[in-house]
Amino acid sequence: MSDPILSIRGLRKAYASGTEALKLVDLDIRRGEIFALLGPNGAGKTTLINIVCGIVTSTAGEVLVDGRNWRTDYRHARSRIGLVPQELTMDVFEPLISTVNFSRELFGRAPDPARIEQILRDLSLWDKRKQILKELSGGMKRRVMIAKALAHEPDILFLDEPTAGVDVELRRDMWDLVRRLREGGTTIILTTHYIEEAEEMADRVGVIANGELILVEEKTALMQKLGRKTLHLQLTEPLNAVPPALDEWQPKLSEDGATLTYVFDAKAERTGIPSLLTAMRDSGIAFKDLDTKQSSLEDIFVGLIHEQGASA
Amino acid sequence: MNWRGVLAIYKFELHRFRRTLWTGLAVPVITTSLYFVVFGAAIGSRMTEIGGVPYGSFIVPGLMMLSLFTESIFNASFGIHMPRFTGTIYEILSAPLSAFETVLGYVGAAATKAMLVALVIFVTAHLFVPITVAHPLAMLFYLLLVALTFCMFGFMVGIWAKGFEQLQVIPLLVVTPLTFLGGAFYSIDMLAEPWRSITLFNPVVYLINGFRWTFFGTADVAFGTALAATFAFFLACLVGVWWIFRTGYRLKQ
Repeated sequence: MSDPILSIRGLRKAYASGTEALKLVDLDIRRGEIFALLGPNGAGKTTLINIVCGIVTSTAGEVLVDGRNWRTDYRHARSRIGLVPQELTMDVFEPLISTVNFSRELFGRAPDPARIEQILRDLSLWDKRKQILKELSGGMKRRVMIAKALAHEPDILFLDEPTAGVDVELRRDMWDLVRRLREGGTTIILTTHYIEEAEEMADRVGVIANGELILVEEKTALMQKLGRKTLHLQLTEPLNAVPPALDEWQPKLSEDGATLTYVFDAKAERTGIPSLLTAMRDSGIAFKDLDTKQSSLEDIFVGLIHEQGASA
Repeated sequence: MNWRGVLAIYKFELHRFRRTLWTGLAVPVITTSLYFVVFGAAIGSRMTEIGGVPYGSFIVPGLMMLSLFTESIFNASFGIHMPRFTGTIYEILSAPLSAFETVLGYVGAAATKAMLVALVIFVTAHLFVPITVAHPLAMLFYLLLVALTFCMFGFMVGIWAKGFEQLQVIPLLVVTPLTFLGGAFYSIDMLAEPWRSITLFNPVVYLINGFRWTFFGTADVAFGTALAATFAFFLACLVGVWWIFRTGYRLKQ
């Protein structure tokens, strides 16, 4: 990739307990993209982010921020990176505006009331600026965390599970906000275990499981390439078992025996559907309804994790 | 040098103290008064002078040091322990701050408050006994040196402690006994052997006597020795803090 804004090379992390949180991660982040790091809990998403942000030390490997090493040149790296951690950790006795100003100064930036006002207005927090943090709702606190991360005007923003425990409406707001930030030129790396979120927002998706980055792909390409369809057949009479005559297609029978499910490759020349239906008619299995569904990123994801588990 | 970042931490910590300003100042005033009532009236009347100094005046440097130790350790340890406990430490760790700058912010603020409390005790003591300071500049320098030393020590305690109970362990179990046994309220020359010699292994003896010298021009140990010992303690704490950041001990996984 030409000129990545963030370059992760051979990153490894083994905790003192012996747990290998990251096995060997290489990843380039493009300037201005939204990159979604997808994985189940405990896959290593937060560890990866925390290493880049200087909160956790790495066992091996390096990170380059615009080509400059993140450890030897930590002032450069950290002033360009903003982090919104997963937990709502803040100094709850402080007024909102003080805590955001504090974040800006901590990163060595001169006070800029106009800029802070803009950030707070964008996050619909301006009216609450004098309130003590502990009085705010969970959704507001989440936005305060973002305001703190943006206070020093970073051009790389890490969002660790930005919508965990957030209601649907706020989640939509959050997505809008992330899009607006990207339009403003900020590169965004977010972690999530909601596939919907990656599907909705990301330009590229990385799937991480057991400390390994098992796939990095353009979102659209990923969905096309791995896009499978499923055919559901509602049977007229429930079956006890799949008859041997249908073994060739390996259909799955639902627990109540009333639905047959057949997975096929939508891009293939021969989907196997006509022959399956013919075989069914020959075996005297009738159905009353059928539908086909494009598999979502979720199915792809679950499939990948399963493969990973099988090969391990 | 990220001076703005240092100042941000410093101001944040002082702001925390300001929220509890009145209790923070009332406590040293009341304790000092109590010490004078108890020690001054009950004991002082029987042991009028120590080395030519009235007993009431003699205990003032010891009282100031005792408070300086506990305030320094408490404020610095709490200051760094709190963000570790709540999780807000993530922001400090991810900020473009060197280890030196981080420590300067926390230790500087804790030392400021500890010195203020010591000076409040000095002023309160004035209401009870006459005090003259023979070497005012040396006195202030000594106050600063000891405050910084114990704040760094407190910073280490705050990093080491796994919970709020442990924050209290070192001040209560180590520092307060050593201070009481270190001649805060008596001259170690009043002790019989072998206790006098054993007492010389107590580092607090040097801290208190060095400080006492700046008041009265005399003390149980030579000022040079006391100053050297205080500097040694200062350097030991500096190395300890450096090691914490070098290894990330209990700061980074």
